[in-house]
Amino acid sequence: MKRLLASLAMIFAAHTATAEEVTTYTLDNGMEVVVIEDHRAPVVVHMLWYKVGSADEPVGASGVAHFLEHLLFKATDVLESGEFSATVAINGGNDNAFTSYDYTAYFQRIAADRLELMMQMESNRMNNLRMTPEDIVTERNVVLEERNQRTENNPNALAREQFIAALYQNHRYGVPIIGWKHEMEQLDLDDTQAFYDLYYAPNNAVLVVAGDVEPDDVLALAEKYYGVIPAEDQLPERIRPQEPPQRAERRITYVDPRVSQPFLIRNYLAPERDPGAQEEAAALVYLAELLGGSSFTSDLGQALQFDTQTAIYTNASYSGSSLDTTAFSFAVVPAEGVTLSAAEAAMDQVIADFMESEIDATRMDSIRTQLRASQVYALDDVSGIARRYGAALTQSLTVEDVQAWPDILQAVTPEDIKAVAAKVLNRDQSVTGWVVPSEEEAM
Amino acid sequence: MLRIVLSLCMIIITSSARAEIDIKQVTSPGGINAWVVEEPSIPFVALEIRFRGSASLDLPGKRGATNLMTGLLEEGAGEMSAQEFQTAREALAASYSFRAFDDTLSISAQFLTENKTEALALLRQALVDPRFDQDALDRVRAQVLSGIASDAKNPNDIAGAAFDAAAFGDHPYGSSIDGTVESVTTLTRDDMFDAHRNALTRDRVFVSVVGDTTAEAVGEMLDDLLGALPAEGPPLAEDVAFGLEGGITVIDYDTPQAVALFGHAGLKRDDPDFFAAFVLNQVLGAGGFESRLMTEVREKRGLTYGIRSYLVSKFHAEMVFGSVASANATIAEAIEVTRAEWARMADEGVTQEELTTAKTYLTGEYPLRFDGNAEIAKIMVGMQMIGLPPEYVVNRNDYIEAVTLEDVNRVASELLQPEDLHFVVVGKPEGLESTQ
Repeated sequence: MKRLLASLAMIFAAHTATAEEVTTYTLDNGMEVVVIEDHRAPVVVHMLWYKVGSADEPVGASGVAHFLEHLLFKATDVLESGEFSATVAINGGNDNAFTSYDYTAYFQRIAADRLELMMQMESNRMNNLRMTPEDIVTERNVVLEERNQRTENNPNALAREQFIAALYQNHRYGVPIIGWKHEMEQLDLDDTQAFYDLYYAPNNAVLVVAGDVEPDDVLALAEKYYGVIPAEDQLPERIRPQEPPQRAERRITYVDPRVSQPFLIRNYLAPERDPGAQEEAAALVYLAELLGGSSFTSDLGQALQFDTQTAIYTNASYSGSSLDTTAFSFAVVPAEGVTLSAAEAAMDQVIADFMESEIDATRMDSIRTQLRASQVYALDDVSGIARRYGAALTQSLTVEDVQAWPDILQAVTPEDIKAVAAKVLNRDQSVTGWVVPSEEEAM
Repeated sequence: MLRIVLSLCMIIITSSARAEIDIKQVTSPGGINAWVVEEPSIPFVALEIRFRGSASLDLPGKRGATNLMTGLLEEGAGEMSAQEFQTAREALAASYSFRAFDDTLSISAQFLTENKTEALALLRQALVDPRFDQDALDRVRAQVLSGIASDAKNPNDIAGAAFDAAAFGDHPYGSSIDGTVESVTTLTRDDMFDAHRNALTRDRVFVSVVGDTTAEAVGEMLDDLLGALPAEGPPLAEDVAFGLEGGITVIDYDTPQAVALFGHAGLKRDDPDFFAAFVLNQVLGAGGFESRLMTEVREKRGLTYGIRSYLVSKFHAEMVFGSVASANATIAEAIEVTRAEWARMADEGVTQEELTTAKTYLTGEYPLRFDGNAEIAKIMVGMQMIGLPPEYVVNRNDYIEAVTLEDVNRVASELLQPEDLHFVVVGKPEGLESTQ
């Protein structure tokens, strides 16, 4: 007789076409399992998320989380180097992986009846990787070329890296995910092996399976392949150095002759979505929309691109998806003949005017409608839904938090937005960055 | 009279997946065709519209006009200014995107079931009655000029511009659809109306709709949406031969990683050997980590983060094309290995195992593409543009399966010409110089 050893926590979202259908379980070894049903196409997305990212790396080993992600495609005790992806491909699927500050995730998109094979291989590489010194040398060159491609060859990316490093005075979010080049060059087998041994364990992982699957079937397979892997008892608590009170604004000018168009960025520290406390983050979503969401209807767009020709591009952005303190950001690209200081003054005037005036009720309604509609459009992309759950669950949120988020967004009031704006838009907790091709342009 | 000429429920079955798709073809009373898939499970509709011609229709001296015009379609229509138009769109929570490419003007729209009539009426205004206000023109022109200036300092764009100019010369493919600083600066409102008149015409329109609607409803709305557009457009661009000979062009640019684009002449989409070439390219450089180029340049030697090859079969020209980036010190080796792999493939072809693996992947992956309303709508409109029938979705895997080892290896020796490969390299590559 087969007995399910899992503790069952099933949450069925309302069976309407305006919410995803989600079932969750927790295996006895601590691994969380999320199943999202979408039976429109015979496809499954199998994602394994580890609750470890670049912000969890040891000091001096920046880039090791991402480097290890690359190495997971090398040999294990039963798979040859490259065999994982080759097996996915010969079964008509695609696979890849990604690393962020808070998580490292591996995924395959494949015919639904190949799910078991994916679990078999993915569970195998959780504990049985056989990294070699040759892998380290070759793949380290690959990640260095990746850094070349994404960052060293891109002046705007280099500038962003400087600005984020200045925004965080103590938290590891100030270190780039891909790593500082001088530390990446020194990463060795000991670094990757230690990181792998400690963090790649079922009690530090979330399995997300989305597509044409039945939750019970997924659970049975998860038990068979992941349920037998012992929990890691040395897994440390996830405590990271937090930001001290920030007392002075920082200003940076990044000069690079490869820049063609001067622009400015302002990043403020901002609260993230927290379990059971997502209200401030929800209000910040509205604040970003109101100040700089659409260049046609936002305050910055209207003032700098329509009422005056101060800028050719303006933006305000915020994402609450983060384990620790995140950022609220502005960007302004001045029009020809407008200095960065004039553009920045105009931007600050818009922010000051916003604080002084009432929020237009029609704009509030429009943003509410768009947020509600975005939930409907999101249902068309089951991989996107899977990513949303995976990210949230590795950033300390619960399934309940994810499902409460749309309603919390709908409940935001103008007073909430004003209160969070007053708190967040504090220059002492900000970095203003100018990006210019030459010193002469920095005025 | 509304005609639904064909309803085909097609089932794509492979060793690994089975996808069902019911494509209905509908013709409006005014004669506009559309392909429709009724998918009521989510309360929204995805609409894809394509016009053939696009930037290739730019008039002499007006390079960039179609691109700028397309950018202005969302900047005011009928009685509405740009801001009024966008306020109305946001209130409906509809999304419209308008983009110009070499031969295709693309419109993607998504809107909710609950206000689809209003969302279509608003889109109609943008398509048939755009205003091209002078202030909007000047604003978007400044954005385009900023983009042109940025491209001039981006190694990938520098390489792309040089490659296209050398390969296609005066043909529209030889220059950026954005235009030049000079051409864009002088474009006028009249030029926008001309570009609109030429690019959005009923004889070159293709439509697909997937979502919470019916073929009948689509047939009834098509004339409202597009019927007021001109019936015919000007002649399309001529075909052009790939005009670049084998060699290397180095463009000096101070950046740590050199970017290389490479290619030679290719083959047409309707060539009898297309599928053999398609499978061949899968083994050579299209297939993720498993391709020969990825294996040799990245996996074995660590010379790059990514290398790819592409079969580029456009309406008026064909090439086999590729891209790779590597540090200035190692780009010469990356190019040497690429050339060697090109030659090895031309000489020896693929193995039976490589062929089987590539075919299994390609046929298995195909049905997985049909996994969302927006995705299916894009696939269907793309098929229409290159003249494929709805049945193609069921026959396509048979075409792949029919490719034999003999076919692939004959095509490899005919198509791949290592001596003809031209590399355009931007950076400070060590040990690499331009050929004469």
